[in-house]
Amino acid sequence: MNLQNISVKIENAEEYSIGSLRALLVEIATLLEEFIRNDTRGSIDLNSLPFAPGEYEQLRQLLGQGEVSAHIEAIGPSEIIETRYPGVWWATHYNVEGDIVADMLEITDIPEIIKSQSADIATGLELLRAQLNDEVKQ
Amino acid sequence: MDQDLFLTWVRSTGLNIALSIFVLGMLWRTFEIYTLGRKPDLAAPRRRAGASGLHTMLRRSIPESSVFKRSPISYVGGYIFHIGLFIVVLLFAQHIKLIQSITGLSWPSLPAQFIDFAAVVTLAAMLLVLVDRISKPVKRFLSTFQDYAAWVLTFLPVLTGYLATKHLLLPYTTMLALHILCAELLLIFLPFTKLIHVFTLWASRWYNGDTNSKKGVAV
Amino acid sequence: MNEHDTLGERLAQQGISRRAFLKFCAAIASMMALPPGAATAIAETLVKTTRPSAIWLSFQECTGCTESLTRSDTPTLENMIFNMISLDYHETLQAASGYGAEKSREDAMKKFYGKYLLLVDGSIPLRDGGVYSTVAGRTNLDVLQEVAKGAAAIIAVGTCSSFGGIPEAKPNPTGAVPVSDIIKDKPIINVSGCPPIPVVITGVLAHYLTFGKLPALDDLGRPKSFYGESIHDRCYRRPFYDQGKFAKTFDDEGARNGWCLFELGCKGPITHNACATTKWNGGTSFPIESGHGCLGCSEPHFWDGGSFYAPLSTPTSPLNLATEAVVAGAAVGAAVTIANRMKKNTAKSEHQTATVADLEK
Repeated sequence: MNLQNISVKIENAEEYSIGSLRALLVEIATLLEEFIRNDTRGSIDLNSLPFAPGEYEQLRQLLGQGEVSAHIEAIGPSEIIETRYPGVWWATHYNVEGDIVADMLEITDIPEIIKSQSADIATGLELLRAQLNDEVKQ
Repeated sequence: MDQDLFLTWVRSTGLNIALSIFVLGMLWRTFEIYTLGRKPDLAAPRRRAGASGLHTMLRRSIPESSVFKRSPISYVGGYIFHIGLFIVVLLFAQHIKLIQSITGLSWPSLPAQFIDFAAVVTLAAMLLVLVDRISKPVKRFLSTFQDYAAWVLTFLPVLTGYLATKHLLLPYTTMLALHILCAELLLIFLPFTKLIHVFTLWASRWYNGDTNSKKGVAV
Repeated sequence: MNEHDTLGERLAQQGISRRAFLKFCAAIASMMALPPGAATAIAETLVKTTRPSAIWLSFQECTGCTESLTRSDTPTLENMIFNMISLDYHETLQAASGYGAEKSREDAMKKFYGKYLLLVDGSIPLRDGGVYSTVAGRTNLDVLQEVAKGAAAIIAVGTCSSFGGIPEAKPNPTGAVPVSDIIKDKPIINVSGCPPIPVVITGVLAHYLTFGKLPALDDLGRPKSFYGESIHDRCYRRPFYDQGKFAKTFDDEGARNGWCLFELGCKGPITHNACATTKWNGGTSFPIESGHGCLGCSEPHFWDGGSFYAPLSTPTSPLNLATEAVVAGAAVGAAVTIANRMKKNTAKSEHQTATVADLEK
């Protein structure tokens, strides 16, 4: 039998399931309740969950895309979207080579990393003042 | 010796030793029993319907009702744990692979949940017959060290196997190695204790049925 | 720029924003299998940490562990870990060589005595005075003992330095031993695996740097956060194991359906590692997902555990049932039979008939 004769079976991503997605969705719902009640932020590290092939894509489809998507460039790109369920954010962090270094769901009103950080704001102010001083001198 | 070395040992040297002693023991005992011979039966054999070696082999699987009434637990408990042992030992995929590696034979297996259930039932039934043996005065009086030893040799592999799959008592690798060791001990002592009934039971029943059928009696 | 500034100062000097640093800490938290909410706490601690010195010693190894960690030379988040430590000595990676390199090691040891991290890959040969692995004329044993004296902690990277690895496999011609067999008075973390998953190495480093102490270790000295579960218990093919659906060959229907690989020799049940969840190549896949059973590479003596393709319930290699046993069994059986027959015959010949008259005597 040569290589050409070995049939290749193409699997539909939707069909394959071992049931972990439902459990995940229940956990998300619980965290949302917590946030509504007590303002507690929650997060789920997707890297630590054993996904069967296809389940990750199914999760993307299930959670979908909401109104907000943010692209960050900081030592490699990061994609942060609000899913179709407000308060459920999906943050995927890549390094410069495009490997995923962190992949998580955040249950919150706005993920920390989107906000401007106080240290950076202070540094930015200094830069701006330096720029203004230069202009005045000219 | 750390647990990985222990596991490798029971899967190689330990198994070699156990199987060698088992084969040695079985050959010895088989020779010993069956070459003793019997006096030739010079009478003309009689025939009787329903009387033969085969009939007796099967008929004795069901106890006669008055015998049954005297000790139902022996029969019910006994049957349950024997069937349970059959399921756990011979219908678990991992065990079938072992048998295949030694003899080349294999057959379909049952899902793990059935084996799980059968293991628990077997352990319970074995405990039941042990309690029965200890609590009935006549049975206790008749019981020897060998009876209890045979029970322990059979109980331990089932117990350790179950504990291993459930990650109880000891870390998995150690528990698995212990399970294999207990099975090897069972193999070693089987030919020299009453556990040899696994093989001799059928020959004994056949012999009884055959000799009595020639005398015209169905037993 | 001082090599040993705080991490925050270093990052600021390199123009790395606090937001980028936050992303980095999120990655660290994920690497260390900590709850994602810990990222902020990690950021606050790390930013104030001074970079400790680290010395990497390579002994009897294949360099796979170094490769696993440092495949690329462009800056990546993993490599940022090496911004967290000052790697003052690494034979394969460093620019300096010869006496210059040795001097930089000795300087770091002197300056940070009692505080530097020692990372070791490769086993240490002991036979014949340790001559089977030497650097600049000094045996590995000698160098290890000297450098370990001033180390705050030792991280044994890979199965060779953790447990002996492939050099230690039978018949172990060089007398290879792991680090823990030689150094008894320093905390040692065994990051085993052949090689270990890169994020596990960096996660352990991150833990040590963030919390200032070793993570919780199992009874083989491996960090529980990565080695606490067996592959079997986290494997996505576990439902197939439980249902009794096994692939019988590497390209049968079961294999193509992704069924359990137990019957093809998978050692997942007895192997502890993070492969099933953290996976390899940035979460791409791991051996079982790619269709090959686990080798058990993060366990001691896995090279001597028998065929990689022998299922766990079967013998490690084909049985060699001693023909002596068969012959002996038959012989003993025959001998006992003869003895029994003789006994019977003697009893028969010695038999004395008794009459009523005898009994009335």
